[in-house]
Amino acid sequence: MITYLIKRLLEMIPTLFGITLLSFFIIHLAPGKPTDIFTELNPKITPEARERLEKLYSLDKPILVQYGMWLKKIVRLDFGASFSSDRRSVMEKIWDNRKPLLERRLFVTFMINLLSMIIIFLIAIPIGISSATHQHSLYDKITTTTVFIGFAMPSFWLALLLMMFFGVYLDWLPVSQLKSMNYDSLTLSGKIWDLAKHLILPIFVSAFGGLAADSRYMRSSMLEVIRQDYVTVARAKGLPERAVIYKHALRNALLPIITLLGLSVPGLIGGSVIFENIFGIPGMGQLFYMSVMTRDYPTVMGVLTIGAMLTLLGNLMADLGYMLADPRIRAK
Amino acid sequence: MKKAFYIFLLLLVLSGCKSKTSATSQTALKSASDEPAYGDTLIEGTIGEPSILIPMLAGDSASHNIAGIIFNGLVKYDTDLSVIGDLAESWDISHDGLVITFHLRKGVKWADGVEFTADDVMFGYKTIIDEKTPTAYSEDFRQVRKAEVLDKYTFRVTYEKPFAPALTSWGNLVVLPKHLLEGKDITKSELARNPVGMGPYKLNKWTSGQELALDAYQDYFEGRPYINHYIYRVIPDSATMFLELQAGGIDMMGLTPIQYTKQTETDFFKSNFQKFRYPAFAYTYMGLNLKHPFFKDKQVRQAIAYAIDKSEIVDVVLFGLGSPSTGPYVPNTWPYNPNVKKYEYNPEKAMQFLKEAGWKDTDGDGILDRDGKPFEFTILTNMGNTLRMNTATIIQWRLAKVGIKVEIRALEWSTFINEFIDKRCFQAVILGWSIGLDPDQFDIWHSSKTKEKEFNFVSYRNPEVDELLDRGRRTFDITERKKAYFRIQEILADELPYIFLYVPDATPIVQARFRGIKPSPTGITYNLPKWYVPKKLQRHTLEP
Repeated sequence: MITYLIKRLLEMIPTLFGITLLSFFIIHLAPGKPTDIFTELNPKITPEARERLEKLYSLDKPILVQYGMWLKKIVRLDFGASFSSDRRSVMEKIWDNRKPLLERRLFVTFMINLLSMIIIFLIAIPIGISSATHQHSLYDKITTTTVFIGFAMPSFWLALLLMMFFGVYLDWLPVSQLKSMNYDSLTLSGKIWDLAKHLILPIFVSAFGGLAADSRYMRSSMLEVIRQDYVTVARAKGLPERAVIYKHALRNALLPIITLLGLSVPGLIGGSVIFENIFGIPGMGQLFYMSVMTRDYPTVMGVLTIGAMLTLLGNLMADLGYMLADPRIRAK
Repeated sequence: MKKAFYIFLLLLVLSGCKSKTSATSQTALKSASDEPAYGDTLIEGTIGEPSILIPMLAGDSASHNIAGIIFNGLVKYDTDLSVIGDLAESWDISHDGLVITFHLRKGVKWADGVEFTADDVMFGYKTIIDEKTPTAYSEDFRQVRKAEVLDKYTFRVTYEKPFAPALTSWGNLVVLPKHLLEGKDITKSELARNPVGMGPYKLNKWTSGQELALDAYQDYFEGRPYINHYIYRVIPDSATMFLELQAGGIDMMGLTPIQYTKQTETDFFKSNFQKFRYPAFAYTYMGLNLKHPFFKDKQVRQAIAYAIDKSEIVDVVLFGLGSPSTGPYVPNTWPYNPNVKKYEYNPEKAMQFLKEAGWKDTDGDGILDRDGKPFEFTILTNMGNTLRMNTATIIQWRLAKVGIKVEIRALEWSTFINEFIDKRCFQAVILGWSIGLDPDQFDIWHSSKTKEKEFNFVSYRNPEVDELLDRGRRTFDITERKKAYFRIQEILADELPYIFLYVPDATPIVQARFRGIKPSPTGITYNLPKWYVPKKLQRHTLEP
């Protein structure tokens, strides 16, 4: 077990290296430079000034040298300074230690995605089970249609409709952002209530879109399991249907959900460009989008590297989880 | 180029929702006494978040907007675009135009209480020309031969050659608090996100991705601003911002043409908001690559101008919120020449001109040709800009009527600029310029500015224009300058290196409780410190 773990962890190093190398070259392949915001169509700039700016960002060096410089820092876990005009360090943009938790992008995204993931699982698993046990019933058809509507509906459109209805027409919920202007002067319970009101719509929008995948996985895995012989045996020996489904079948049907959980880990910090922009939520998706648009290479690479690491860790965790849960896999 | 402004134009057709307005607030709005009073908060919505608040290091317009109310310059533009003193009480220009001596205001204090002196200007000047300062604005200051501090309140600069834009370059880019920055690396300074200025507002709190909260500076040298707090809320999506406006989450924003003409034409908006409209300092044009065999010929360019109906574009694309443009200046400003050749829509004349230039439809396919080559070209523009795409589509349709086939291609911004504009790989482009307040446009029209990445990318070359551009920037005499720029516009209107299309209107909306707003050619925010809310109508009563 331990050797397996060490082997897997060691394998991750070249994979991660490959990912960063590819991402670094691809982002540099895109036309444009971080200095464009100063120089593009700015008649006041001279070629000398442009060269000076490019030199300040080491953009005049060959790309391999630039990658080497970046790599040298990253092995010390230093993501470097952003190329945007504020020159703040990438780490500070993602996770600023001096700021309250709610003003750190990584925390905001993590909180929203974790909440919506919990809600998705809490709703999708029961839906999946019940529509499997009532396969082809009206209930099955209605839930299937509903989750697919959620999946197919553009999230920005749903978000705008909900904002219009709850934010403007009924005036029950705030339209955008994370907290009210007077947040700092509220009591603790007031703060929690304020935050909750701001989170309802974004979490609903992101959860509604995510229901389809999980509930469908759950449904098909359940369907497969209840056709197994041991379920027939359980029924044959006269167990009540509840016990058959929830005690015997569910345990096995949940196995693929472990993989699903592992795959969700990188999503927890990736954030969504679309709903973070629509709701004006300062999370990782927004940061990543802005950095790509301004060709802020260190920030783009920082976010990608963290995402890649989490993806690899998530895969590893899923495999380990599988091993713990399923003796058949452990044996191999 | 304020591209962010153009890019986010999500036309939301669903405007059915109406917010309720209590009858009381409406009557209160009308009957309240109009006495200026201190207090309340102005919340402005913005699509982009500022990145840095030191003016000389900032590149984006959001940063400059906020830095502009935190820092003052030595001089500024008055509402009629003449130059007036700001931190400088007065200035003298020597007869040869080489020496400018600024006499600074006495007793102006930085927000931390330290007095502002000529040393701060000198420090700012030295910083901006420093090789290590990552600034895009050093060029005007490199023309300075000598800068000297004569005494605490007198600052003098000497130029190699007379340089008219020099005076106005001494705006807020070069004034920095020496006592806080001396000996430090400006790129790593705390001041970037926590600036100390002397303008009407000072930064109180910056919540990344959310808002910048500014407080009135009580000791502002032109008097304490009436409105106590100014909040700049970051809402990256313009449809969301419009909903926030209706929900009362923001007081002020820029409207899109459809929002201005349709969605805000309801009773709710009429009684709760005031809308403004004035020409923006920008114009949109179709640039023609003058090196391309089709467009080398002046008559062909004129034919294209005749074939396009500019007022139709304004009416359809901008919902009438703009005006046809005849040259690179904004109507009703002093450099603008109203008496240049205009090209009224005239397809017959266009066809006649094309015929004279040798273009005939010999093979009967509906497309003109010359020497066996059909008149086909591609208009490039940037992706995501609906206004420009719609403009291109109308032009495509109009030109088809005179027998010219046009393709339209939208490209991602960076690709467009780096691969097509910079490398001159285009036939025609639709783009916009934002116009500086100084009329000097040397970099756009001078024949020496045609190298890669320079801005005369259509490769325009006219010795008379070159000479006039030079004359215009070498004298401070406004009548002399006017003469030069008027003549340039006549030549440009005749030779048409660009087909000038339209000047869009800026269309801001402000909550009705704010008073004291006086629209001017330079916009509405120039007198922000003088805006106020009558006591009875104040909404946010948080005290500092």
